[in-house]
Amino acid sequence: MAKKDIILKAENVSKQYRLGLVGTGTLSDDLKRWWYRIRGKEDPFLKIGESNDRSTKGDSDYVWALQDINFEVQRGEVLGIIGKNGAGKSTLLKILSKVTSPTTGEIKTKGRIASLLEVGTGFHGEMTGRENIYLNGAILGMTKKEIASKIDEIIDFSGCERYIDTPVKRYSSGMTVRLAFAVAAFLEPEILVIDEVLAVGDAEFQKKAIGKMQDISKGEGRTVLFVSHNMAAVKSLCTRGVVLEHGKVVFEGTSEASVDFYLSSGVTSNNSFYLNKSPKEVDVTEVRVINEENQLQNVYGFNQQIKIQIKFSSNAFYLNDAYIGFRLIDVKERIVFSSEDRIVSYVNGDLGVVEIKLPKSTLVPNNYNLTIAYHVPNREMISLLENIVNFNIEETGSEMFKYVGKDYGCVILPCRWD
Amino acid sequence: MNSTENTDWLYTISPKKKLIDLNFKEIWRYRDLLFLFVKRDIITVYKQTVLGPLWYLIQPLFTTLVFTLIFNNLANIPAGDGIPAFLFNLAGLSCWNYFSTCFTGTSSTFKSNQGIFGKVYFPRVIAPMSVVISNLVKFGIRLLVFIGFYIYFVFFTNKAALAAPNISVLLLPILICFMALLGLGLGMIISSLTTKYRDFTYLVGFGMQLLMYGSAVMYPLSYFKEKLPEYAWLIEYNPMTVFIELFRYMTLGVGTFSLGYFLYAAVVSIGCFLFGLIVFNRTEKNFIDTV
Repeated sequence: MAKKDIILKAENVSKQYRLGLVGTGTLSDDLKRWWYRIRGKEDPFLKIGESNDRSTKGDSDYVWALQDINFEVQRGEVLGIIGKNGAGKSTLLKILSKVTSPTTGEIKTKGRIASLLEVGTGFHGEMTGRENIYLNGAILGMTKKEIASKIDEIIDFSGCERYIDTPVKRYSSGMTVRLAFAVAAFLEPEILVIDEVLAVGDAEFQKKAIGKMQDISKGEGRTVLFVSHNMAAVKSLCTRGVVLEHGKVVFEGTSEASVDFYLSSGVTSNNSFYLNKSPKEVDVTEVRVINEENQLQNVYGFNQQIKIQIKFSSNAFYLNDAYIGFRLIDVKERIVFSSEDRIVSYVNGDLGVVEIKLPKSTLVPNNYNLTIAYHVPNREMISLLENIVNFNIEETGSEMFKYVGKDYGCVILPCRWD
Repeated sequence: MNSTENTDWLYTISPKKKLIDLNFKEIWRYRDLLFLFVKRDIITVYKQTVLGPLWYLIQPLFTTLVFTLIFNNLANIPAGDGIPAFLFNLAGLSCWNYFSTCFTGTSSTFKSNQGIFGKVYFPRVIAPMSVVISNLVKFGIRLLVFIGFYIYFVFFTNKAALAAPNISVLLLPILICFMALLGLGLGMIISSLTTKYRDFTYLVGFGMQLLMYGSAVMYPLSYFKEKLPEYAWLIEYNPMTVFIELFRYMTLGVGTFSLGYFLYAAVVSIGCFLFGLIVFNRTEKNFIDTV
């Protein structure tokens, strides 16, 4: 086995946050902490605290945003850090970039870390583009000499040459972002920490940005830690992945395996199952969003099969006239499409089951809600269940992966270009 | 695993807090940032104004004029034998202004830099240092104004016949350093406290107003001693009084100077600075969680 060259190592890193309003009670807690410290005892608040699950109510005012994080990064590696909102990704990045310090544990590194948690930090509207390049570059850790030697490249990369001696407040927002990214792209630290900064600018610029990122990691052999919700970008840019959940590392492996693990960790989520607790005699009883193996799942890859299973009851009166249908609604409350069919072919006795396969590789990565309608067209609405189940499609490599976060429609359809 | 581990880590990110954790090498590496901050502070203040940098002159002139009218012409506070009241006030105000801008500027360090501090790391102490340096430049301009008026009064009128700079004026840079340390130290203490307890922001606002009256800016210390001897100790123990009196002693040849008080004020300034540095250091690591 080749000798491992570990450039960064996290050991038992934990971070505790206090919930609620800062101010009330902090003084008394501070005094208590201080009292324990001068007697040489351990901080009493480190023993309490719960894992950081946003949706359930806890007893403690203290939560662990990160708990016992351990990982190693080798030189030249591109590590993707993935996880749901609130899993602790940003906290980890903040600690890595020294914006805040861990509550316990430590991170050791052999290189300078530069972080890009946000492009354009410290831009001053009254100063010109050129002055801002110097200021922003210096904030990010470059010396004046370094910036001066690269300024022409930076201006060229940003594509804002004409405006370079105009105050930045006159720039369009897109131009500001371009300029800011251009500065960041020419940073030369040993370790680069990046948080979702690729989701800026227009399509042309994003392509440029992703290209630059690839150069940095592949061509120049830089170590990169990359946080993103863009699974396609993680897959294509990263060599290894770490999955965080509720402040803990739950998976570590190749980037492909990590993405798969992340997607399937949505399994058994209750959002993909609906049970009608008080059904009428004729009604929809259960709705499920399931995967190819007929398991409940609510996070899917772009080209994964999604199935909807509806169970319902019926009787002789409705058997021949009633239809069951669904409506797919995206996160912007747009109806993507509807579909329905007569129930008669799915009923056995008084009970019926129907399975609908949604078309693969068609729905744009997004969040979707399902509304189920059980009705006799133009005569009677037997049951209308609005937004009862939902699922999420992640960007795992659709042809539009460059535009994550942009609204480019609801479906991706094959078109013939001649 | 063990065979691959070598222990020459460049640095460690950990919760451990040393009392004073100043990495001078790192600060030196970021010196360009310091000067770019100073440049930003100076050039952006009066952008899009017609008079531009002239404002640096107009402000002290009018304040001094009003002070002279109110305190000397109306309230009859004597400036000292043979010293024009205008020059007397200009001297006091310039000093006071340097201290107070350093203090108020640094006291909002964490709050006003929240955006940057929350996103990137650089030695935090750069921010208050840049405030002190950019104010030094402004103080320099005021000093030039002062010298201009000094020359005018001495050579073109006979109002300032008795004004004579003391040889000790050569020590002026040291005096300025102490004022900066005092302002910086107090400012860092307040800025660290405000991240958690916002009460201090309000304290600074009116506290500075009151402190100005207690710092012998518009009256000579000797006059105060003569009129209100029982409260004089309050003024005398204020380090800013010592510095302002000393400044006037150096430049105009009026005011009281005693080595004892000067040493006292110097020790207080250095003490404030060191204490400020310690508090600032403790705060900078985690302030983003509480601010």
